[in-house]
Amino acid sequence: MKTNIQTRLIGIIAVLVIFIVGIFGIPKGVSGTALKQSLLNRIHLGLDLKGGMHLILQVKVDEAISAETDTDVASIQSDLQKNGISGATVSKPDANRPDFIQVSGVPTDRSNDVSSLLESSYSNRFDIAPGVGNTWTLTMKPTVETEAKQRALDQTIEVIQTRTNTLGVSEPIIEPYQLGSYQILVELPGIDDLGRVKDVIQSTARLEAHEVLGDQPWPDRQSALQALGGYLPPDAELLLSVPGAASEGSPAEWYELRKIPIWGGTDIRDAQPGHNPNTGEPEVDFYLTNAAGDKFGQWTGANIGKYMAIVLDNRVQEVAVIKGQIHDQGNISGGGITEQRVKDLSMLLRTGALPASIEFSQETTVGPSLGADSIHQGVVASIVGMLTVMVFMLIYYRGAGINADLALFLNLVILLGFMGYSGATLTLPGIAGVILTIGMGVDSNVLIFERIREELRAGKSPSASVDQGFAHAWTTIVDTHVTTIVSAAILFIFGTGPVKGFAVTLTFGLLANLFTAVFVSRVIFDAHLSRKLHGEPISI
Amino acid sequence: MELFHNPRIDWLGKKWYFLGFSLIFSVSGLLSIFFWHGLPLDVDFRGGTVVRVKFAQPPDADRIRAAIDKAGLRDARIQQPYGPAVNNEVLVTLSRSATNESAIDQGRAAIVGTLSQNYSPSAAQNQGKLDLDNASGTALTSWLEQQDPEHLGNSPDAETRYQDQANAVTHYRDADHSGIIDSIGDLRGVVDPAVLTALQQGAYLSGFSVRSVEIVGAQVGKQLQHQAELATLYSLGGMLVYLWFRFELIYGVAAVVACFHDTIITVGAFSLSNQEISLTVIAAILTLIGYSMNDTIVVFDRIRENLRLSRREPLADLVNRSINQTLSRTVLTSGLTFLTVLSLFLFGGEVLRGFSFALVVGILIGTYSSIAVAAPMLVAYQDWRARRGRTASLPAAKKARV
Repeated sequence: MKTNIQTRLIGIIAVLVIFIVGIFGIPKGVSGTALKQSLLNRIHLGLDLKGGMHLILQVKVDEAISAETDTDVASIQSDLQKNGISGATVSKPDANRPDFIQVSGVPTDRSNDVSSLLESSYSNRFDIAPGVGNTWTLTMKPTVETEAKQRALDQTIEVIQTRTNTLGVSEPIIEPYQLGSYQILVELPGIDDLGRVKDVIQSTARLEAHEVLGDQPWPDRQSALQALGGYLPPDAELLLSVPGAASEGSPAEWYELRKIPIWGGTDIRDAQPGHNPNTGEPEVDFYLTNAAGDKFGQWTGANIGKYMAIVLDNRVQEVAVIKGQIHDQGNISGGGITEQRVKDLSMLLRTGALPASIEFSQETTVGPSLGADSIHQGVVASIVGMLTVMVFMLIYYRGAGINADLALFLNLVILLGFMGYSGATLTLPGIAGVILTIGMGVDSNVLIFERIREELRAGKSPSASVDQGFAHAWTTIVDTHVTTIVSAAILFIFGTGPVKGFAVTLTFGLLANLFTAVFVSRVIFDAHLSRKLHGEPISI
Repeated sequence: MELFHNPRIDWLGKKWYFLGFSLIFSVSGLLSIFFWHGLPLDVDFRGGTVVRVKFAQPPDADRIRAAIDKAGLRDARIQQPYGPAVNNEVLVTLSRSATNESAIDQGRAAIVGTLSQNYSPSAAQNQGKLDLDNASGTALTSWLEQQDPEHLGNSPDAETRYQDQANAVTHYRDADHSGIIDSIGDLRGVVDPAVLTALQQGAYLSGFSVRSVEIVGAQVGKQLQHQAELATLYSLGGMLVYLWFRFELIYGVAAVVACFHDTIITVGAFSLSNQEISLTVIAAILTLIGYSMNDTIVVFDRIRENLRLSRREPLADLVNRSINQTLSRTVLTSGLTFLTVLSLFLFGGEVLRGFSFALVVGILIGTYSSIAVAAPMLVAYQDWRARRGRTASLPAAKKARV
C-alpha cells in the first residue's frame, strides 16, 4: 500500500514538473521579468489579446473567369483569321456572364469550317451550341469554371502570403474561409499600421502594357464615347490615366486602349525601387520574363511610332511613343509617386499580381492597448475567481479542502502546460474558459466529497467511505464532463478565432480535471489515510 | 461545515409554483423578443461598423455628436459611457446600410477622421503634426527617422535606434496607460531627451485613441447567424443523443426540454435588458447547454440509482428524495461556478460583459431547471403513461457501466 502511494505520488510530481516546463519552457532566469518573458514565448496569445487584425476577404473570382475568356476571345479571333474566315465577330455579349462567348456574323459558306474549328479546339473547355443565323455560343463548362475559380483563390492566398511575409508579420494566418464561398481568412497579430497593411493586401498590382488605339486622349468618358461614334469597339477599352502620365504636368485623361494587353501581370520577373537618372524622382524599375520580353521586343519592333500605355490596376500610368525596340524593362514614375509607394509597389510587383481583385467582407481591429487591458482584466478575474473558490473549499471542507485546492492548482498547471505544449492560442474568451474550468473543475471534488460525507453519515469507516465516494461519483463525473466537452467540441467546429480559443481551454481544462479530481485527489486521500489509524476520523 | 443537513423538501408538491415561475420568465422574455426590444444582435450578426474610442478626458457627448454629424454620418449611434464612466470610453455604431460593402472601412475612416479634425479643440494649430495618441509604431519610427533628433544621419543603426525609441513610446502608451498619453512631458525618462524635445515640438496629443474597430459586411453577418443557429441546434441534438445512449429516451427529452427552457430564458434576458447578442454570447449559451445538462445528469443519476434500490416507492417520493440527496452538491457547485463567473462579470472588462452576463443568468436558471423542470417532467411522463394504462414504472435504464 505504502509503496503504491509513493509511486503514484512520484508520478504526480513528474506530471507537475512536465507541465510547469510546458508553461515556462526552460527559463533564462528566475527573475519576474525572465519568467514572464518565457511564459509569453510559450503561450500564444490570440489577436484579441495581442492586438492585430482579422480580415475576411472576398475574392472576386468572376474577374478571373473574365480574364480567361478574354484570352479565349482573342485566340478564337486569331484562329478565325488564320483560317481565312473574315467578317465574324467574337464577343462577350453579357457583362454579367463572364463565362459566355458569342461568335456571330459568320459568312454562310464558311459556317461548317467555323463549327469544326470551334469543336476541335474549344469543346474541351466550353459547351458549344449553334444558334440561329450562323451564330455560336460558347459557355464555359462548370467543372472548368470551378477549377479556374479555385485556382484564382489558391493563387490569391499564395500572393497574400508572400506579401504579408515581406511586411514582417509574425505568425500570420491566411487560409480559405470555410463559411463563405471564395473567401479568405487573414489574421495578422501584432500589426499596428493598419492602413498600409490593408493597401498592401488589397492592391491587385496588375501591371500591363496596352496598345493605344485612338490618336488622342479625352478629358472625360462622355466625350471619348462621342468621338468614337457612341460605340466602343468590342476589343477596346477606355481607361483613365493618372495626372502626368503623358508628359510633365499633363492632366488625368481618358485613353482608348486595345483590351488584350501586350504583356500582363504574370510577365513581371523583377521590380526594384530606383530613381530617374535625369530628375532624381523616385520610380519603379521593372523587368519582364524572357518569354514576355521576346514578345514585347517583336511587338515594339513592328510598331515603332505608335503609342503604348503602361496600366496599373486599370489606371494608365504612362503613355509613350515607341521609339525603338524595347526588350524587357520599363519604369513607372510620375503622378507624384512617393518613396514609400515606390518601395511598396516594387514589392507588390515582385510578389505578383492578384488573379482577381478582392473586397473586404469583415474587418476586426484590436488596438494593442485594448489587448493589454484585456489580459490584465482576464488575469484579475481569474485570480479573484480562483481565490474565492479555494477559500470557500477550505472553509467548507476543512482538511479535504486542502486536497481540493491542490487538485485545482494542479488542474490549472496542466491546463496552461497543455497550452504551452500544443501551441494552441489563448484568447480572451479562452481566459474565460480557464475561469470556468476552475468553477466546473471543483464540481468533481464537490461531488466526491458530498458522497463521502453521505457514506460517513451512513456509518461507514473513513477508508470505506472514501472508496465508495470515489466509486459512486465516477459515473456522474464522466457524464458531466462528456456533456460539456460535447458543447465545447461543437463550439470548436463552428467557432472562429476567439470562440475557438474558448472551446480549447474549456476542453483541455476539463480533461485535466478528470485526472486531478479523480486520480490526484484520491492519492492525496490515500496518503492521508495511510498515516492514520484504522477508523480515525478524517477532516471533511 | 454543512449548508443542508438532511433536507426533506417536497419539490414536486411545488411544481405548480415552478411552472408559474418558468412561464413568467420565459413568456416575458418571448414577449420582449417579439413586441419590445426584439432580439438585439451584435455587429457580428447584424453587420455594420463599431468603433470603440477612449478619451483622455470625460468625453462630451454633444461635441462628439457634432463632429460625427459633420462627417455626414447621420444615423450613427453613440453609446456613452461605454463601460464604467471612469474609463472615458465611447462606442460609435454605424448601421449596415452605412457600411458600404465595396468600401467597407469608409465609416471607420470617417469617424476617426472627423474626431481628429473636429473633436480636439486645438486641431487647427496641430495641422501637419504627428498625433501621438493614434500613431502606430511604424509611423512613429519613420517620423523619428525623418526628424532625426539625434543627428544619426544615414548611419546603419539609426533605424534600430529610432525603432527602440518608438517601441518605448508605444509600450508606455499601450501596455501601461490604456492607449492614452496624458502629456508628452510624461515621456521623460521613457525616451531620450533629444527625442522628447522633438516630440514636444512636432507631435501633439489628440486626446482620444481608437481601441478597436469591428466592421462586418451584410453577407458575413448572415453566414455567422446561420452558423450560430446550426451550432445551437447541433448542441441540443448532441446532448439528446448522449443522454438517450446513457439513460433512456425520456431522460434525454426531459433534459433537453430543461436546456431549451434555460436557453429561452437566457436569450429573453438579453432582450429584456436590451443587451446585444454576439458570437461570444452564443458560445456562452452553448456552454450553458452543457452546464445545465451537468446538473440535470447528477439528479438523474441519483434517480436511476434509487430506482434500482427501491422499486416500490412512489416515483414522486423517490424523485423528491433524489433531489434532496443531491441538493447540497447542486447548490454548492452551481454556487462556486456562479462565483467564478461573477468575478468574470465584475472584473473581466467590457469585451466579455455579454458573455459573462449570459453565464451569470444561465447558471442560476440552469440549476433551477434541473430541479424544477427536468425532474418533475419525469414524474409527469410516468403519470401520463399510468393514465393511459401502460406500465407505470419509469425505466431504471440499463445498469450504469461503472
